[in-house]
Amino acid sequence: MSTTFYIPCDSTALALGADAVARSIVTESAQRQLDVTIVRNGSRGLFWLEPMIEVVTPRGRIAYGPVAATDIPSLLDAGLLTGGAHALCLGPVEDIPYLKRQQRISLRRVGVTDPLSVEDYLAHGGTLGLHRALGMTEVEIVKEVTDSGLRGRGGAAFPTGIKWNTVLNASALQKYIVCNADEGDSGTFSDRMLMEGDPFQLIEGMAIAALAVGATQGYIYVRSEYPHAIAALNAAVIKATQNGWLGDSLLGTGKRFHLEVRKAAGAYVCGEETALLESLEGRRGIVRAKPPLPAISGLFGQPTVINNVITFASVPDILAQGAAAYQSFGSGRSRGTLPFQLTGNIKQGGLVEVPFGLTLRELLYDFGGGSLSGRPLRAVQVGGPLGAYMPESQFDTVLDYEAFAAVNAVLGHGGIVAFDDTVDMLKQARYAMEFCAIESCGKCTPCRIGSTRGVEVIDRLKADRPGQIELLRDLCDTLQNGSLCAMGSMTPYPVLSALNHFPEDFSRRQT
Amino acid sequence: MENLSTIERILAAKQSLPGALLPILHDIQDALGYIPPDAVPSIARALNLSRAEVHGVITYYHYFRQTPPGRHVVRVCRAEACQSVGCEALATHVQSALACEFHATSADGDLTLEAVYCLGHCAVGPNIQIDETTLHARMTPEKFDRLLAELRSKP
Ligand SMILES: Cc1cc2nc3c(=O)[nH]c(=O)nc-3n(C[C@H](O)[C@H](O)[C@H](O)COP(=O)(O)O)c2cc1C
Ligand code: SF4
Ligand code: FES
Repeated sequence: MSTTFYIPCDSTALALGADAVARSIVTESAQRQLDVTIVRNGSRGLFWLEPMIEVVTPRGRIAYGPVAATDIPSLLDAGLLTGGAHALCLGPVEDIPYLKRQQRISLRRVGVTDPLSVEDYLAHGGTLGLHRALGMTEVEIVKEVTDSGLRGRGGAAFPTGIKWNTVLNASALQKYIVCNADEGDSGTFSDRMLMEGDPFQLIEGMAIAALAVGATQGYIYVRSEYPHAIAALNAAVIKATQNGWLGDSLLGTGKRFHLEVRKAAGAYVCGEETALLESLEGRRGIVRAKPPLPAISGLFGQPTVINNVITFASVPDILAQGAAAYQSFGSGRSRGTLPFQLTGNIKQGGLVEVPFGLTLRELLYDFGGGSLSGRPLRAVQVGGPLGAYMPESQFDTVLDYEAFAAVNAVLGHGGIVAFDDTVDMLKQARYAMEFCAIESCGKCTPCRIGSTRGVEVIDRLKADRPGQIELLRDLCDTLQNGSLCAMGSMTPYPVLSALNHFPEDFSRRQT
Repeated sequence: MENLSTIERILAAKQSLPGALLPILHDIQDALGYIPPDAVPSIARALNLSRAEVHGVITYYHYFRQTPPGRHVVRVCRAEACQSVGCEALATHVQSALACEFHATSADGDLTLEAVYCLGHCAVGPNIQIDETTLHARMTPEKFDRLLAELRSKP
């Protein structure tokens, strides 16, 4: 009888050598005349343990990690095929506390299944949401999503059902569904993990959106930095079409929805929804003035639903289990779960999908285990390059959108970047301005010019020129109030939070 | 000449797509390694755009290049999560090891060095990418030197 191994094909696992591990298992077991089958799954998201391999035994799937190719002989000697004891053995994968304490909804299948296996997808609840949606009216689908309390996971946290309702009520011959898979924020990878590890779920979510608003064409706009995700999506679209989850007749009902994957070209601002639409139309990714909203006049001027990967990926479960089940998770007006990403200088970095409501400290220490370097954590940037740096005194902030807003911080896409006490916050503030200067679309002056001025002011500050802190605050004020989009208006978040919470990094230079 | 027939083939295949310009530019760069300036007039004609519009799009996006890259392209992540684990020291080392700056190619034409702002592996930085799909996590100057020697020893 053949023994089945799961070895991730997730690109972070690949970056840590998962392919070499797979090759080693094949050659070593051939030499020992062992019969093994290798399945390439997504990652469970316990990245400090990757490459993490799992072997299927009567006791369930037993995990080992982090495994190097050179560990395979000793693992086989220790009885790897039957889940034998070894220093790298982590026990039954589902019992690993880091996983066990999570509530996986949007990433529930990631790491469990072969991402491109139709059988696996169906065996783990795939298409139940689509089936249910096909039996509902458009209004009923939109109501289910509205009732779930789902808010956009791309950053702005706008209620998804309300957006869909606007598109449903717009009359047009052609409507579009667009997935924002530009995931440009440093410290984030949940979109990538989902696209590589369970692309069918994204496709199913988009198909449900199409049914809800009467759209027949969709696009997934994926950043060029994600070649593995692009390949997985393209393969998944072909299989989904063969199985009637996409195409001219969704599950034989005669309802049409076609989907195409488009590759971005390395501009951060193209994650902003209107810049993304410009880019999809074949132009420079310059932000459009709003109104009109994309829901009224979006791609090619037509009503368009544009949502983040995780937003769409949350929808199949909401339809399959009902709005109430999803709504029952969360805290305050933040309902459901958010896949947090623990990154940077952290011991146990990875993906933590939990209901809103834990504190930042619980994530950093109970899950993350503190800093990787062993030094004290000093600052944590939450919500990407436009998010605030939070000091230790704010680590007890509850992880929900409103609680973060109340301390002038943002949850955004759930990226958490930890820094130890060697961080120079003046340098981080300078980087935030520099990033804005590099990535500004150039449409408004405060963002285009102000960011470059910001870098100069910080350089003068560093050189001990007096009066620069007031200048920096003035500049931030101008950026905040005079910018068309969040690129300019939110760059002050990292800058001012660095200045306000870590004045010693600035003032020792100001006499 | 060869380039031109490649470009014509790509244009014929893609020009009728809605919003065809980015897919066309990607196909050209995938096939040729860059977007040659003399491709611009053909693209403009096929899509009924001005040359300035096509040029504007090529230069707007960081990913597109207008000159041929070295034999390999090395992308070093310089975003926040990688900064927190020392990517700037790595970036300095890489520049001196290649004796070239970012957005430039080493004198022997072997390697082009690019900066990238997040590769999506932020839990295991510093990260680098070599060519389109090869990834290396937890990069250190020592590991980079070994990698470089390997790259250079391959034909
Ligand atoms: C500069 C900038 C970059 C953004 N990048 C992304 C991104 O990479 N992914 C994303 O989903 N949303 C991004 N957004 C937010 C989008 O504009 C938009 O709010 C989102 O796609 C809506 O989808 P959601 O409601 O599902 O979140 C960005 C916004 C700005 C201003
Ligand atoms: S704030 Fe910056 S990125 Fe946004 S529209 Fe203005 S110039 Fe463009
Ligand atoms: S910040 Fe370097 S991979 Fe994300």
